[in-house]
Amino acid sequence: MSGQDDVAAVLPPSLPPRPWPWEHGRWRGLVFQFVVLAAVVGVVVWMGSNAWGELKNFGFSFLGNTAGFEISFKLIDYDRAGTYLDVLIVGLLNTLLVAALGIVLATVLGFVVGIARLSPNWIVSRLATAYVEFVRNVPLLLWILFFYLALIPTLPVAKQAVSLGDWLFLTNRGLFIPKLHWGETAWMVLVAFIAAIIGAIATTRWARRRQLATGKRPPDLLIGIALVVGLPVLAFFAAGMPVSLEYPELKGFNFKGGLALQPELFALVLALTIYTATYIAEIVRSGIEGVSKGQSEAASALGLSRGQRLRLVVIPQAMRIIIPPLTSQYLNLTKNSSLATAIAYPDVVAVFAGTALAKEGREIEILGITALIYLTLSLVTSLVMNLYNRRIQLTER
Amino acid sequence: MKTAIIAVTLTAAAALGGVAAAESATLKEVKARGYLKCGVSDGLTGFSNPDSQGNWSGIDVDVCRAVAAAIFDDPNAVRYTSTTAKERFTALTKGEFDILSRNTTITMQRDAGLGMEFTGVTYYDGQGFIVKTDSGVASVNDLNGATVCTQTGTTTELNVADYFGAHGMTYQILAFEKESEALSAYDSGRCDTYTTDQSGLFAAKLELADANAHTILPEIISKEPLGPAVRQGDDAWEDLVRWTFYAMVNAEEMGVTSQNVDEMLKSPSPEIRRLLGVEGDFGTQIGLTNDWAVRVIRKVGNYGEIFERNVGMGSQLKIPRGKNALWNQGGLQYAPPIH
Ligand SMILES: N[C@@H](CCC(=O)N[C@@H](CS)C(=O)NCC(=O)O)C(=O)O
Repeated sequence: MSGQDDVAAVLPPSLPPRPWPWEHGRWRGLVFQFVVLAAVVGVVVWMGSNAWGELKNFGFSFLGNTAGFEISFKLIDYDRAGTYLDVLIVGLLNTLLVAALGIVLATVLGFVVGIARLSPNWIVSRLATAYVEFVRNVPLLLWILFFYLALIPTLPVAKQAVSLGDWLFLTNRGLFIPKLHWGETAWMVLVAFIAAIIGAIATTRWARRRQLATGKRPPDLLIGIALVVGLPVLAFFAAGMPVSLEYPELKGFNFKGGLALQPELFALVLALTIYTATYIAEIVRSGIEGVSKGQSEAASALGLSRGQRLRLVVIPQAMRIIIPPLTSQYLNLTKNSSLATAIAYPDVVAVFAGTALAKEGREIEILGITALIYLTLSLVTSLVMNLYNRRIQLTER
Repeated sequence: MKTAIIAVTLTAAAALGGVAAAESATLKEVKARGYLKCGVSDGLTGFSNPDSQGNWSGIDVDVCRAVAAAIFDDPNAVRYTSTTAKERFTALTKGEFDILSRNTTITMQRDAGLGMEFTGVTYYDGQGFIVKTDSGVASVNDLNGATVCTQTGTTTELNVADYFGAHGMTYQILAFEKESEALSAYDSGRCDTYTTDQSGLFAAKLELADANAHTILPEIISKEPLGPAVRQGDDAWEDLVRWTFYAMVNAEEMGVTSQNVDEMLKSPSPEIRRLLGVEGDFGTQIGLTNDWAVRVIRKVGNYGEIFERNVGMGSQLKIPRGKNALWNQGGLQYAPPIH
């Protein structure tokens, strides 16, 4: 009798019944994860068995075969005697070029428009809003085609090229500019250039330290410019002038020599830029709005102008909110650049996963490599942006 | 899974003594579904082209209509799927449609390397070039250094590389995903020439703003035998599609048309009687009834009829029969006998 009372005294009056394992949040999570994993494995195995027939002669030796086709735009030397590996590299460089140009330009435009949307000037903010709403609601592919098909008819034919001396020619075949011709010893110039950049960075750091220590800053900008210009020039002469310029020249249908920047490149970069900039503008706007009002009020109490407030106080704090979604816009832009095929810009999808695939038929290998390339590009972009993000996070006080 | 079903069916058929034709898994699927799935182009006059109401017509479309007529006695029991030159083979092998009938050139790579089987040549073609008449270009040899527009994923793109390479000519190639963009780029002056199958050039000329301002060059630089394809692994289905087309060619040779096919049923000629299933057991060998060809000819017509209606004198294209005439009339169209 007393024993029972003891027990009752020890137990809290209303202990809830012990939950079953599957009622436990963590357990349920685990079970779901397991089910999803099993499903994914199942699908992969199923697809794998479907692909098995095609996998019998799986291999990458075809990359060494001669491709036998031309590519209209290339940053490195390539002709139809090149291999599929060369095709892959040419296409990849073309993709990287478009992505890099697009990212830089879209970021600039996106920041300008995003800030303009918050402008106290009614017309400026309305214009920015109209731009965002209009451009974003038309599919990207249409913008690409629009710029392309609208651009070309406005350009002159080769024989009536618009020119700037012997240097620049604008025709409907593209913008022709002189090309750098790299000789045997040209690597010395490149090495000198890289060394100069490293030197310039070191100088700036040293200058900053001196400024903190002595209050006077040595002329690091001048020294830096002198290094970056001077060192390669010195190397250029020391190496026996290995770099020369190749000028474009009209021959028959078209200009020969020089570097031709095609209308396809312009149209693609333009479309990617104005389209992605609308998303970046929205990200910038919400990033700025995410910084507490007190910050800019305090800044204006200190007598800072609107520009100074934005540049010195608000944007540095807004960056922390902006960076993560900005990264995913960069990834989107890179992936969207594969719409290039629509206007015959030879990106990696067009020449490698397109022409090479049609010719060689190595579906699994070619699509696998292409997917891996985009995955790597995405991971590298994310990594760089995360590093940058971490750096600016640390400045928080 | 699919291969397993086929294997089981094959073993079962073999066990029955090999007399009964192996039943086609695709045919079974098509019958159960109630219509045929056919992969076509985005729109190419004469071959596969939708009108404003979305009704498709063309030689390639008639191949699918003929198969539907053979199976369902209804040439309209077909669903069409547009596919780009680049995606068509993957789409077929992954099962998006039962027949790919999209002005597709038969090549060894495609036949032996891509998991499909071609069932016959519906149109003998070759690659040509179109230029602006005022460019003064009169021959392909004048095109050294030219910018060439074409479509990606085609034999066209590869032939250009071969031809210009073999003749020591340089060129710039712009390969577009869609024909419409390639043609617009050519029309707006981005390229000096547009190249594709010659039949496609006739069709393109109709689409260009001022047809008379363009000239098709005389040279043909390649062989482009166009024909429908099916997935590898269903031999019985391949036979059905192949012999449906052969029936149309044989019908033309024997003078059987959509107009006279019912009278022809009374013909004393043994080969006509076999074609129309009055004699022999041919239709059942491809999983259909013996009068399968009657349905095809009555509802769709013989080869000559579909040629004239879609690309020949009865069409806008007005392409002469040329190589596509019957073998006994100076052409290459030659169907093996039904025997
Ligand atoms: N016969 C060639 C070329 C086929 C091809 O794609 N031709 C183009 C130009 S005639 C076409 O069909 N365009 C229509 C479309 O893309 O829908 C091949 O099989 O590779």
